[in-house]
Amino acid sequence: MTGWGRNRATALYVLLGLAYAFLYVPIVVMIIYSFNASRLVTVWGGFSTKWYAELVHDEKVLDAAWLSLQVAVANATLATLLGTLAAVVLVRFRRFRGRTLFTGMIAAPLVMPEIITGLAMLLLFVAMEQTLGWPEGRSMTTIVIAHVTFSLSFVTVVVQSRLAQMDASLEEAAMDLGARPAKVFLVITLPVIAPALLAGWLLAFTLSIDDVVISAFVSGPGATPLPIVIFSKVRLGVSPEINALATLVVVVVAVAMMVAGRVMLNRERRPHLAETSSPQPL
Amino acid sequence: MRAWDRAARRWGRLLVGLPPYVWLVVFFLVPFLIVLKISLSQALMAIPPYTPLLEWGEGTVLTIRLAFSNFATLFSDELYAFAYVNSLRLAGIATLFCLLIGYPAAYAIARSPRSVRSWLLLLVALPFWTSFLIRVYAWIGILKTEGLLNSLLLWLGIIDTPLQILETDRAVLIGMVYSYLPFMVLPLFATLEKMDLSLLEAAADLGCRPFRAFLSVTLPLSLPGIIAGSLLVFIPAVGEFVIPDLLGGPDTLMIGKVLWAEFFDNRDWPVASAVAVAMLLLLVVPLMIFQKLQNRETETAR
Repeated sequence: MTGWGRNRATALYVLLGLAYAFLYVPIVVMIIYSFNASRLVTVWGGFSTKWYAELVHDEKVLDAAWLSLQVAVANATLATLLGTLAAVVLVRFRRFRGRTLFTGMIAAPLVMPEIITGLAMLLLFVAMEQTLGWPEGRSMTTIVIAHVTFSLSFVTVVVQSRLAQMDASLEEAAMDLGARPAKVFLVITLPVIAPALLAGWLLAFTLSIDDVVISAFVSGPGATPLPIVIFSKVRLGVSPEINALATLVVVVVAVAMMVAGRVMLNRERRPHLAETSSPQPL
Repeated sequence: MRAWDRAARRWGRLLVGLPPYVWLVVFFLVPFLIVLKISLSQALMAIPPYTPLLEWGEGTVLTIRLAFSNFATLFSDELYAFAYVNSLRLAGIATLFCLLIGYPAAYAIARSPRSVRSWLLLLVALPFWTSFLIRVYAWIGILKTEGLLNSLLLWLGIIDTPLQILETDRAVLIGMVYSYLPFMVLPLFATLEKMDLSLLEAAADLGCRPFRAFLSVTLPLSLPGIIAGSLLVFIPAVGEFVIPDLLGGPDTLMIGKVLWAEFFDNRDWPVASAVAVAMLLLLVVPLMIFQKLQNRETETAR
């Protein structure tokens, strides 16, 4: 602890603690109130799990959840595939025509307001339906296409940093020994960047299962994902049933993240031949 | 053999690069051109509800009809101007607060013992992974007039009439800072962690006080993180819809809400497109800075 005294360190950790409190108190409150027997938000009517029971019988919610799950898996898989290819292009191909455009198209979706992307996607689908006759109306297909378009950039960023950290001499050695680029990628590169692929897949999955605005534009009456159902319920006000639903979503995601985090931390701690960790001071 | 190899390699590169490239051109770039096109057409009671720009007149005369009226609407009705200004204002304030809360947090994590650092970081990232919608929703119960915050303050005797927070700009700000805070902390952490601490030691050895050293060494070195984090918060916040819709009131005007209303309630696609184009124009400069930054990241990482 050079450079700053004990008091300063304590003050800093107090600030950090407050930031965590800010991040977690609302979620914790919501989880507690999902077990509230009373319908009123501020009155504690005793412990009850009846809202969860009610949820399990809500056809509409179950259908929407199933659709969202399918969309999220399809999106995550496709986005990981395309995002990884894009990362390879950005890191390994030095110069090619249209590079600036390509990097722009990767960077823009990271920050683009969703409402613009959503509107643009819908207008594209309408124009395509008019001229090509496909896609017919709004369905799971259109939701997946729209989600892949905005989530593949996030995968690219995750995979790209891993790829850039990787020791290139291993690939070169394999190449010198006569392995074809495709084989080098499958045998050498892929195992090394696998944790990043997993992280990217999970990120794309959660982005998709969480998306309201883009889905609102590209989903139709036949295909309503879970966030849209939650959103229309939420607009009517707070209810313990939504608290229960939200709690389930939070718990599922948190457990998945903890497991994934464990896996990745373990991998990082194990000295791996094929990796050179980035230089870290301290 | 060599020539064959080179040809194979070129095909290989195309095979790798083409799918993401084509996907992004078709599904990301082209849609924006369509938005631009429709923003210049007129609303129509039809499917799709807008007039075509190009029309084959009698014989082979191709007429182009550009309607700038949608943009004229944006300028003449001060509702739009107010919504734009208010969006920029709220997004700016939210960015500032994210920085004020996020900087000390990122600093503390970056200087924490290595053993706990990954976990502290995971704790920041975790809310970002859980549903955004649900996290915004969680605030309704807290900020309502008869909500938890007011109950707590009344019980503590700090106030004697409940505060009106929900359905005001203040609630929108709280929601934005809350939702976008991880986006600020993560890039800040990345630059602060990479910092060479011997620089601070050198400053201390030369008699520099810690606060001064922070101002003249740490702060400038973390500038890329500050800019990246600020853009990651500011740009999406300008176009935010869910937060002002759920936490704001009927008179909380934000451009995302206006676009939504034009599209879903008024079914005026051309005006909605014009609103989107105007929003993009506002964001062109921040977007370009962001891309520069991302690019530099790629370059230095290589």
